[in-house]
Amino acid sequence: MKRENRQAYKKGIKNGIPIALGYFAVAFTLGIAAANAGLTAFQATLASITNNASAGEYAGFAVIAENSGYLTMMVMQIVANARYLLMSFAMSQKIPQDMKLHHRLLVAFDLTDEIFGISIAEPGKLNPYFSYGAFSVAIPGWALGTCLGVIMGNVLPANIVSALSVGLFGMFIAIVVPPAKQNKVLLGIVLFSMAASFAFYKIPVFDAISSGTKTIILTVVIALLAAIFFPIKEDESVKEDESNE
Amino acid sequence: MSNNVYIYIGIMALVTYLMRVLPMTIFRKEIKSKTIRSFLYYVPYVTLTVMTFPAILEATGSVWSGLAALVIGVLIAWKGGSLLIVSVASCAVVFLLELFLK
Repeated sequence: MKRENRQAYKKGIKNGIPIALGYFAVAFTLGIAAANAGLTAFQATLASITNNASAGEYAGFAVIAENSGYLTMMVMQIVANARYLLMSFAMSQKIPQDMKLHHRLLVAFDLTDEIFGISIAEPGKLNPYFSYGAFSVAIPGWALGTCLGVIMGNVLPANIVSALSVGLFGMFIAIVVPPAKQNKVLLGIVLFSMAASFAFYKIPVFDAISSGTKTIILTVVIALLAAIFFPIKEDESVKEDESNE
Repeated sequence: MSNNVYIYIGIMALVTYLMRVLPMTIFRKEIKSKTIRSFLYYVPYVTLTVMTFPAILEATGSVWSGLAALVIGVLIAWKGGSLLIVSVASCAVVFLLELFLK
């Protein structure tokens, strides 16, 4: 390995460690959700190693629990992971234009919210070995947490499991709240989404629709209306674009 | 008839990876359409919100502990708490409250 690549790899590990610790704790609660959906520890760990996506996996496990169709799963994954499309576009500006295809294919594998965050924060163009360093701690943290969540979730006392099952929601809250605090329009849309979701959940007419389908319908309709009536200003979409001189 | 779990996991992995890899490998230019950019910007926040609420109220042993986790989580995130802190605090609130609610 070239010297600069080795340095980038080490830095990736260093920046990845706090992410890996957070992943371990959150993945534990994801493992509990997987167990509730009927997955074995092996199946849940396999899902975590191949997906590396909190919201996507959580939504996926809900689809599995409801035994909904494969097409529902496909659409659900597109909706739950749509933000990765945007991050991937942003990453295409951050990596060197001449980056080899195999590096592009690998860097995309674990493009999570948090790893996107530390990658974009790196000065200059991204060295793929930085990503590999972060992956080599983040992926085991995520997988191990999921595995232990499935196994220990059944052993732990009910009040501990009850407490841990909000961990993943806590992570979702931590992703939504900071930008909503900065952007009043987004805050309004989040509050509206809560009200609409609550109504969908409480009104008996919608009982026939599965929760996964409800998520898809609400997301597409609300985000589309928001995009039409409140188009973002250019600097809001992906702030990180600014780092590309 | 029950669907195959491994096919589900395969679909999850494939779709998720395609979303991450396609823009980075194929499209090298920025998206120009303001509506599409806005839509992509709003989607994650709406999805996470509707997945969290009202599901968080049903996730724990009592509606009240779930509600407390939501309120405390939002407050700490509003004050700038990190992902890990918000997550751990939500769990701690539920644990403490359920000691008293029983």
